[in-house]
Amino acid sequence: MELTLWTYEGPPHVGAMRIASSMKDIHYVLHAPQGDTYADLLFTMIERRGQRPPVTYTTFQARDLGGDTAELVKKNIKEAVERFKPKTLLVGESCTAELIQDQPGALAKGMGFDMPIVNLELPAYSKKENWGASETFYQLTRTLLKEKVSYSEKISPLRWKEFGRRPKVNILGPSLLGFRCRDDVIEIQRILSEQGVDTNVVAPLGASPDDIERLIDAEINICLYPEIAEASCEWLKRNFGMEYTNTIPIGIKNTIEFINEVHKKLDLPLTNKKELENKSKLPWYSKSVDSNYLTGKRVFIFGDGTHAIAAAKIAKEELGFEVVGLGTYSREMARQVRATAKDLNLEALITNNYLEVEDAMKKASPELVLGTQMERHSSKRLGIPCSVISTPMHVQDVPARYSPQMGWEGANVIFDDWVHPLMMGLEEHLIDMFKHDFEFVDGHQSHLGHTATKTEDFVNSEDKESKNIKEGIIWTESGRAELTKVPFFVRGKVKTNTEKYAILRGIPEISDETLYDAKAYFS
Amino acid sequence: MSKVEFNKETGPREVFCGLTSIVWLHRRMPDAFFLVVGSRTCAHLIQSAAGVMIFAEPRFGTAILEEKDLAGLADAHEELDRVINDLIARRPEIKTLFLVGSCPSEVIKLDLATVAEKLNKRFFGQVRFVNYSGSGIETTFTQGEDGALKALIPLMESSNEEKLLLVGTLANNVEDRFKKIFRNLGISNIESFPPRQSTELPKIGKNTKVLLTQPYLSDTVRDLKHRGCKIISAPFPLGIEGSTEWFLAAAKAFKISELKVHEIISPLINRAKLALESHKEILKGKKLFLLPESQLEISLARFLHNECEMDLIEVGTPYLNKELMKEEINLLPDNTKIVEGQHVEKQLDRVRESNPDLVVCGMGLANPLEAEGISTKWSIEMVFSPIHGIDQAADLAGLFSKPLKRNQILTSKTLVTH
Repeated sequence: MELTLWTYEGPPHVGAMRIASSMKDIHYVLHAPQGDTYADLLFTMIERRGQRPPVTYTTFQARDLGGDTAELVKKNIKEAVERFKPKTLLVGESCTAELIQDQPGALAKGMGFDMPIVNLELPAYSKKENWGASETFYQLTRTLLKEKVSYSEKISPLRWKEFGRRPKVNILGPSLLGFRCRDDVIEIQRILSEQGVDTNVVAPLGASPDDIERLIDAEINICLYPEIAEASCEWLKRNFGMEYTNTIPIGIKNTIEFINEVHKKLDLPLTNKKELENKSKLPWYSKSVDSNYLTGKRVFIFGDGTHAIAAAKIAKEELGFEVVGLGTYSREMARQVRATAKDLNLEALITNNYLEVEDAMKKASPELVLGTQMERHSSKRLGIPCSVISTPMHVQDVPARYSPQMGWEGANVIFDDWVHPLMMGLEEHLIDMFKHDFEFVDGHQSHLGHTATKTEDFVNSEDKESKNIKEGIIWTESGRAELTKVPFFVRGKVKTNTEKYAILRGIPEISDETLYDAKAYFS
Repeated sequence: MSKVEFNKETGPREVFCGLTSIVWLHRRMPDAFFLVVGSRTCAHLIQSAAGVMIFAEPRFGTAILEEKDLAGLADAHEELDRVINDLIARRPEIKTLFLVGSCPSEVIKLDLATVAEKLNKRFFGQVRFVNYSGSGIETTFTQGEDGALKALIPLMESSNEEKLLLVGTLANNVEDRFKKIFRNLGISNIESFPPRQSTELPKIGKNTKVLLTQPYLSDTVRDLKHRGCKIISAPFPLGIEGSTEWFLAAAKAFKISELKVHEIISPLINRAKLALESHKEILKGKKLFLLPESQLEISLARFLHNECEMDLIEVGTPYLNKELMKEEINLLPDNTKIVEGQHVEKQLDRVRESNPDLVVCGMGLANPLEAEGISTKWSIEMVFSPIHGIDQAADLAGLFSKPLKRNQILTSKTLVTH
């Protein structure tokens, strides 16, 4: 049993709903009580969808449990098929139905329909949303393509040459309630097209069961979101020999590497290599002098595996930040996130507990947080600027404007979204210059608009950690005065370091000089 | 009784479960914690319905059942013990802990009553434990509050003191207004249930006169009756008419003359009628379809027809207690079609066929209907907004006139300039 006040991921059947709702001509009969219908609002309110998710909830009640819930399942399946006439039927159960073991999938298969039926078994007490989405997409792909396995030859990534046409790829993984998927797909298709590569199928977003059956018309798969598509890509590789890409095109370096990987897999010569450097404004904006102040900015990163890893790379290599914390709530991606963290001399934080993330954030004293909407709230409380880089989705994460994370335009969007919450270089410089003028208000935080921590509160704060550190240590008048002169966003760090130093040296009173001694000691 | 047409329907539903009521109950009682014993779905439901992210640490949470808890109930009880110990150590300010049953905990027959009993002994004098079910196999949306209040009744001490007890969660400002009006009427001993502090439960007995503020409290009413309380039969205080009848019924129970009531509330009524006018202008003659969710539907239908002159196509309700709703049903126009229960697909067919001007529905259905060109009002707003009483009548009407007004603005072909 796990005490949960808030969760980054929903249950696995919500993952299945994401696949069903992303696609056309599919219906999902979910053996579930009435309350589970709340999940519809994720799609209709957060994604502002104008269609209901294609889901029928069997709506069993306590009084049905003594009787025949299996009959209820069959009745709902029959009605749903007659009403919605899906080309493929998904059948599954939510947490409660899993306990009563009606096996709705098996029931559906015994009802004599001629459409393909996918029996979804998603263990609700051990798995979560992304796993459920991945498993659903995999089972669907497998069901619709398994008959073609036996007579299909291994698909050569080079066969487009024999066919005398441009190479074709599938883009796999984009789904509803995925972070900026709608726009990433457009961006990636545009990039591929410029490289002479055509898109065969995008799935699950916008695909029909017919499209899934056509997946094997392409040469390779683009595994755009491994959380959702890797299991399917792996199955297609094993059974049809289809290669798939591993690079996630978020950031300039990864986008270029992605293009290289596609070309290499397809044996397609890369003719415009030089041009690639200038496709996005990020490299120049990052190099231009105003961005000097970005150097070494302390950034804390938490999100799903794919976006957290990509953010770490961009932060360090493309913006010149210092990554001071990295973590994910995706247990499935823990290994990769740990490896990335290790390269940065960090220990990855793998947790589903947002309070642990908030604690880690506090300890790392970052100047910028890249996280989920929950980290946005936590950083607001801590007075740290934040940009959202990952699901879980919030209505703000479905902007009206074109706003991808991937490819060239994605890099532009990322530059703006990460840098604008900070103060601009010139602005920071001027504040530094004028901060001793009497018109200047302590705690001035430009357009950030929060009144986080007044110096006095900071010095007097009695939170547990500083209490331990502070044992027997007194801040003198001059020490306090000097501390107020430290910019607010590093004040916490300076305070902790100075106290650490004082303890280390057995200094009972911290004066302005102690601050400078500590500064020299830790630099 | 007017010639109201009663129908029942079963089938797939589109409603919240009783757990959702934790969202307003925890705000009403800031010294209480609501611990759902359930699945990740339960946790996800409450956070999705409530937008929990604004809190650092909310006063509700879910003890999520895992594989190993399902293997043996003994272990599940032990695990729950551990979770509760941790929780109390972390949140020492909590005075009452509600253990809330869910669909999975009901199905595996986790005995929360026994758990609560044991914990009450162990934490005697520190925290009180109360259990009820908010499961979707037994409760719909507002019925969760019914369960929570019913669970508190055994903790209420007995007293034969004469008092007026307002039952059902109200917005604090509305509650204060009501109390002031009752005091002006000459009723001085007024208490509310649930109280603002979970430890300050009112005492009840044969001289307690219960006046319901919400229509979804069937079980609570039954148990209050068992404790000797007298239930004042009245419509609910939504709109001018409902509120007036509600005050009159209370006054009658306390032998206060009608004249006195009118003397006190008629200035309120006059001012409310004035405020209602502009909304009525928009709502008049418009066709209304209410889908079932909050159990407030019948009272809302009565208000929107009688005071705002809307035409009622269909009034859905997840559950109908005819006895409790008697006074409301009496006020409905003849031939009102009430449908208890739901087959969401068939009901949506009827929505489309009847071409309504406004549909009151849940959040899962609102945007899809809007996309079809049908204006909607989400029902969840009724339980989060102060809508009770004469002074709030215009605000209540405003919840329904606003989508229509907005629609008018957005489809207007001429640019209005002043």
